[in-house]
Amino acid sequence: MSSTSLDAAASGHGEESNYLNAHPGIGSWLTTLDHKRIGVMYLITILTFFLAGGLLALAVRAELFTAKGDLFTPDTYNKLFTLHGAIMVFLVLVPAIPASIGNIVMPLMLGAKDVAFPRLNLASYYIYVFGALFMVYTLVSGGLDTGWTFYTPYSSSHSNSSVTSALLGAFILGFSSILTGVNFMVTVHKMRAPGLTWTRMPLFIWALYSTSLIQILATPVVAITLFLLTFERTVGIGIFDPALGGDPVLFEHFFWFYSHPVVYVMVLPAFGVISETVAINSRKHIFGYNAIALSSVAIAAIGFLVWGHHLFISGQSELAGSIFSLITMGVAVPTAIKVISWIMTLWRGSIRYNTVMMYTLGFLWIFTIGGLTGLPLATLNTDVHLHDTYFVVAHFHYVMMGGVLFALICAMHHWWPLITGKMFNENIAKPVFWLVFLSYNATFLPQFVAGSRGMPRRYHEYLPEFEIWHKASTIGAMLFGLGLFLILFYLVASLLKGAKAPKNPWNGLSLEWQTSCPPPEHNFAGQPICKKGPYEFPETLSA
Amino acid sequence: MSSAAHHGHEGAHHPDQAHHFFSMEQQNAANKLGMWAFLVQELLFFGGLFMAYIAMRYMYPDTFHSAYQHLSIPMGAFNTVVLLTSSLTMALAVRETQLENRGKAKNYLVVTIICAFIFMVVKYFEYTHKFHDGLLPGKHFKGWELDAVQKVHDAPQLFFAIYFMMTGVHGLHVVIGIGVLMWLWVRLNKGDFDKNNYSAVENVGLYWHLVDLIWIFLFPLLYLVK
Repeated sequence: MSSTSLDAAASGHGEESNYLNAHPGIGSWLTTLDHKRIGVMYLITILTFFLAGGLLALAVRAELFTAKGDLFTPDTYNKLFTLHGAIMVFLVLVPAIPASIGNIVMPLMLGAKDVAFPRLNLASYYIYVFGALFMVYTLVSGGLDTGWTFYTPYSSSHSNSSVTSALLGAFILGFSSILTGVNFMVTVHKMRAPGLTWTRMPLFIWALYSTSLIQILATPVVAITLFLLTFERTVGIGIFDPALGGDPVLFEHFFWFYSHPVVYVMVLPAFGVISETVAINSRKHIFGYNAIALSSVAIAAIGFLVWGHHLFISGQSELAGSIFSLITMGVAVPTAIKVISWIMTLWRGSIRYNTVMMYTLGFLWIFTIGGLTGLPLATLNTDVHLHDTYFVVAHFHYVMMGGVLFALICAMHHWWPLITGKMFNENIAKPVFWLVFLSYNATFLPQFVAGSRGMPRRYHEYLPEFEIWHKASTIGAMLFGLGLFLILFYLVASLLKGAKAPKNPWNGLSLEWQTSCPPPEHNFAGQPICKKGPYEFPETLSA
Repeated sequence: MSSAAHHGHEGAHHPDQAHHFFSMEQQNAANKLGMWAFLVQELLFFGGLFMAYIAMRYMYPDTFHSAYQHLSIPMGAFNTVVLLTSSLTMALAVRETQLENRGKAKNYLVVTIICAFIFMVVKYFEYTHKFHDGLLPGKHFKGWELDAVQKVHDAPQLFFAIYFMMTGVHGLHVVIGIGVLMWLWVRLNKGDFDKNNYSAVENVGLYWHLVDLIWIFLFPLLYLVK
């Protein structure tokens, strides 16, 4: 680990210098400006919080195993699901793919030596950690019981839990997200290698670009909202408090103006990952490059105009509700364009059924279910029935958690050789995929049934007729947790005992595969020049 | 800056060029685009406050028409002139940096910083006056007696909530601006910046103009309701 480039050159057969061993010691990691190391630090931190949020979810599922509230008190249960949601949304899903995988891969894909602002990149990481400390403080100082949405006036005037520290944590995390967005947006504009035109950019870059636009435009709105709410709770300024003449629905509008677009911050990078893995493992040019690229931008744009579908039963006017319903349907169009393009890419490709491809196909299944169940929720009159039921819970877990998590696992496997220089064991990974995939569906498909039959969300006791669906869901969740642990084990094992990764193990054409695995400290031996698009695979061009 | 020296192996580079850029032009263009993107997020950050203002004014038009009279128009107008002046001197500081007249640039920065301080001093007197009169946000409002009905029907406390939040967040930006302007002065004093490397000065200038611009909207919205 401590060998420098000089040592390696002197010994002749020593390990070649790469970004992992270029500088020894933990201090060199904590002060690094290298986007790859920052991405690795993000990945480790995010996965740690994913573990915390996941254990909270398992506690929620354990309580729901029986219809009686026999494990936790109602107050504890409220805190469990709130903290699960807050940790998963603010600490895990928002930065999950862009800040970790995106940070590592994007400059490599662009043929750049780093992101545009390396110091800002490190600052974003530490701002993230700082915000995360507030969340950890919230966790240990009495928890949070408002739901991750912080609805007023409960959050401002009534809750006895640690709302203020959670608000400050989310506020600080927002700035980490904004600065990452600024950094990535400028990187895409200004750091591309010679010859890398906009239409030769890998689709993952297009997705990250659209994501960064949302981060810049939406996050500041929730930042000021949380700022106002902090003053509301500590000083009592009254803007969201009906007892002082304020308007709680205004808070809901503000909150969802960010929090709807933010689901696209989570899922657009996932789309980008799938565009890469589906093409590279079909050995075929992606179907509808322009359509996929521009549909990312379209989703980002339309996503700003749909927040009102979270307020269908808030007293918002029927006209506003109808318009929001219509625009929400509009998001389905660019999303469907993507799904159809991915399926058309598979068509007559020479498909490589490796682990990455299995997670890609798993994503397609899960995201299609998640997307289609969004339609009855976008429809004004059916949503009035389904609002605040487990149908909604299942829907957003299918898109946010299933979609994003399957894409994150997919991305970790796909770029694992690039990041670590090691190959994982496909023979173990494939059966684990089936465990993860089947248990995931076992967890959330029953929730659609329970929800459509009237099971409300956020209750720790429920009618016995729903017990069968909750039992299936809880068993699925436990197996899902087991599957994720197995992934962790075999990936860590690959670090210790895995075969050394060859250069370009998947025969990719995008620039990140044109350097060694793992890359040297400054990414490329010389300045790479892009001569053709990333999906012009020779196998299908000759066919 | 230090990383440039560390990795500057290709020679003939500007000493301030970071290792991961091809050229100073690329670096300046990236810095400028980054700043504009940051200013866009600033606009949306304040946008939330402006939306809150619109919502509250729409709900309580009569309150807004009476409560604004407790604000001092002369003080607000004076501060407007002060900030406009500081924007001018900031623009001149950028120009003198481009022309490599560091002495003049430093002087213009000093005037800008003094204007910012004057702005904050005037704000201090305005705020203490409101505190003294009990014209405070939300539940702390003691400007005059309100019964339970008046509290939700007139809601003067909400006008002052909006006033303090908007001018407070803006004032915070002025204070941050003072810090960044001082940092620029120190760097100019060390002999940093030249005609090929002035994007830091230019970017702080853009920030300062935005802070000025937001006040240009705050002043009429809060002080000149009628």
